[in-house]
Amino acid sequence: MPAIPVPTSIDQTAKLLRQGGYVADRALATSLYLALAMKRPLFLEGEAGVGKTEIAKVLSVTLGRDLIRLQCYEGLDVSSAVYEWNYPRQIMAIRLAEASGKTTDAAQTIYSEQYLIKRPLLQALEIHQSGPPVLLIDELDRTDEPFEAFLLEVLSDFQVTIPELGTVKAAEPPIVIITSNRTREIHDALKRRCLYHWVDYPNAERERAILAAKAPDVGDKLGQQVVSFVQMLRGLELFKPPGIAETIDWAQALKTLNARELDPGTVDATLGVVLKYQDDIARVRGEVAAKGITTAKKAAAG
Amino acid sequence: MPTSSLPNNVMHFARVLRRAGLPIGPGKVIAALQALPLINITNKDDVYWTLHSVFVDRHAHSEMFRLAFAQYWRAQDDAPNELSLIDQAQKQRGKQDLKTMPRRIAEAFANAIGQQSKDEDQSRDQDVPETVASWSAAEKLRSQDFETMSAEEMAEAKRLMAALRLPIPRVNTRRFASSSHGTRIDVRASLRASLATGDLVYLKRRARTQRHPPLVVLCDISGSMAAYARMLLHFLHAITNDRDRVHVFLFGTRLTNVTRELAHRDPDVALARVGRSVQDWSGGTRIGQALGQFNHLWSRRVLGQGAVTLLITDGLDRDAGEGLAAETRRLQRSCRRLIWLNPLLRYAGFEPKSAGIRAMLPHVDEFRPVHNLDSLAALIAALSEVSAARREFAAVAA
Repeated sequence: MPAIPVPTSIDQTAKLLRQGGYVADRALATSLYLALAMKRPLFLEGEAGVGKTEIAKVLSVTLGRDLIRLQCYEGLDVSSAVYEWNYPRQIMAIRLAEASGKTTDAAQTIYSEQYLIKRPLLQALEIHQSGPPVLLIDELDRTDEPFEAFLLEVLSDFQVTIPELGTVKAAEPPIVIITSNRTREIHDALKRRCLYHWVDYPNAERERAILAAKAPDVGDKLGQQVVSFVQMLRGLELFKPPGIAETIDWAQALKTLNARELDPGTVDATLGVVLKYQDDIARVRGEVAAKGITTAKKAAAG
Repeated sequence: MPTSSLPNNVMHFARVLRRAGLPIGPGKVIAALQALPLINITNKDDVYWTLHSVFVDRHAHSEMFRLAFAQYWRAQDDAPNELSLIDQAQKQRGKQDLKTMPRRIAEAFANAIGQQSKDEDQSRDQDVPETVASWSAAEKLRSQDFETMSAEEMAEAKRLMAALRLPIPRVNTRRFASSSHGTRIDVRASLRASLATGDLVYLKRRARTQRHPPLVVLCDISGSMAAYARMLLHFLHAITNDRDRVHVFLFGTRLTNVTRELAHRDPDVALARVGRSVQDWSGGTRIGQALGQFNHLWSRRVLGQGAVTLLITDGLDRDAGEGLAAETRRLQRSCRRLIWLNPLLRYAGFEPKSAGIRAMLPHVDEFRPVHNLDSLAALIAALSEVSAARREFAAVAA
């Protein structure tokens, strides 16, 4: 199967994302197009729940590429990110060789590819039938600095060295999407190799479009009120303002409760879907929520 | 935009941004020149976001970029011929534009123009510190000069830092390193070792590595703490350079992140930079507001990896503790451990009467009164002391 070619303009990129049900603004489409055209990693930073990971998923679906995901966590090391030798099989091979008296061969063969377990980064460097895969390095801020330093090497040359086997180099670099929730700053050296984009909360218009695409069964009226209410919450300087994921969840929750529009009782009861900190909920519940509902209804009607 | 002058314009624009404090090296300029031919450069928005994705790599710089871009483009719109944009900007100099611009952008333009004919490498020395939205020229506040540090003092500080033992145990990481007394078997190393000897019983071991948790310091620099400012900053400089993952914030009436400034190896240079970038020296204190700002803007960015927070303040608050309890509680919940170092408590019979102190005490994990905070040695001794009085004062305040 020949690879679906990457888009050749910003408009095409935006169209491609729209096809995949992702409503992107011009800024994001530009960054993504450049990353594809210049074959550079795209570094997406933003609050949790604004749709960073989704971009990689949509890209892999619309371009028909394999999605290889590396979820980062503290202590992530080479053996779980790049490769590991299959020790039980190696030991077995040695025992068998000993039993049959061919020990000299074993030393050479146990460090061959059939004893290698390939982890995401190594998989991404291999040749894929459908073209270079999409490599999603998710929540890079969760890992620690040593891994970041290692990644630097992989992302600049798209090659890894396995001491016992040699160097593996990608014939064509994968499409790399890196996301970070900014729970710590990523080192400048790594950012320098990437194109950077800050994924912000969407404006009301775009959020309505996203909601319509992601939760089409939520009524128009309810959807508009939900978006308007969430937009109001984001202006409140809460400890954790709700992301788009929360907007969608909340709209679906209200739909499940058969709500047609916002009312104070239901909003107070379901605030936990939108706000995840008790301080924030306590602040919004009651008066602020009631005021927000009135404004939201007005905005939706007008 | 005529293509012939494009590289020139990008280069000048990069220089303007660099002077405004964005870290832009030649690599980024080259990347920008590779990117621009890929798009339709007659579309201003596309050019904007293209340059943005190449030149900007932290969110805080976006606003600076926007202003610089707007200014640069305006010069272009006024005279759309093949003259270099920077010349246009120069013609506009002195007009109302520069006055209404934020000072750093104005200075960046002025400097870029003035420097054009001079030796261009000088710009590298002027390593403009990173700032977070601190370019408003509106507030006239005090800056601070510090006496320089003598070589003797520096040697002494180094010696003292070596003795510092913060009451923070090292934490296990999820990484392993080979160790002869390790608890786990290192299969890979064992296998390789046995291949060399031809024997499989030779087991290698590995153990978890340990490291310091990240340290976040919030230090009060208001009037009542002024006497300690220089000493505290020397301490903060020493600790920033002593270990990795240290973040330092100073606050009086506003909060400033001075981590980058303090990272300079030379304490005098570092302190001079801090003196310049912090604008509320020896003023009032709004602890609640400062902590609120920290919680809102920074806590998720710097406390994420299980950080220990060291709060250095006398607890005397201009807002009489308003909102302080809630913000302190929020802070305590966001970090591994909240340690409060209070230099005010010199006397054994001290009772926490101030509203600020009463509001904060119940929410700190550890309380370190310092009886005589007049030297680095005293400070380090106070911090290294084995914890005994934990939460003792909490009961008094409640």
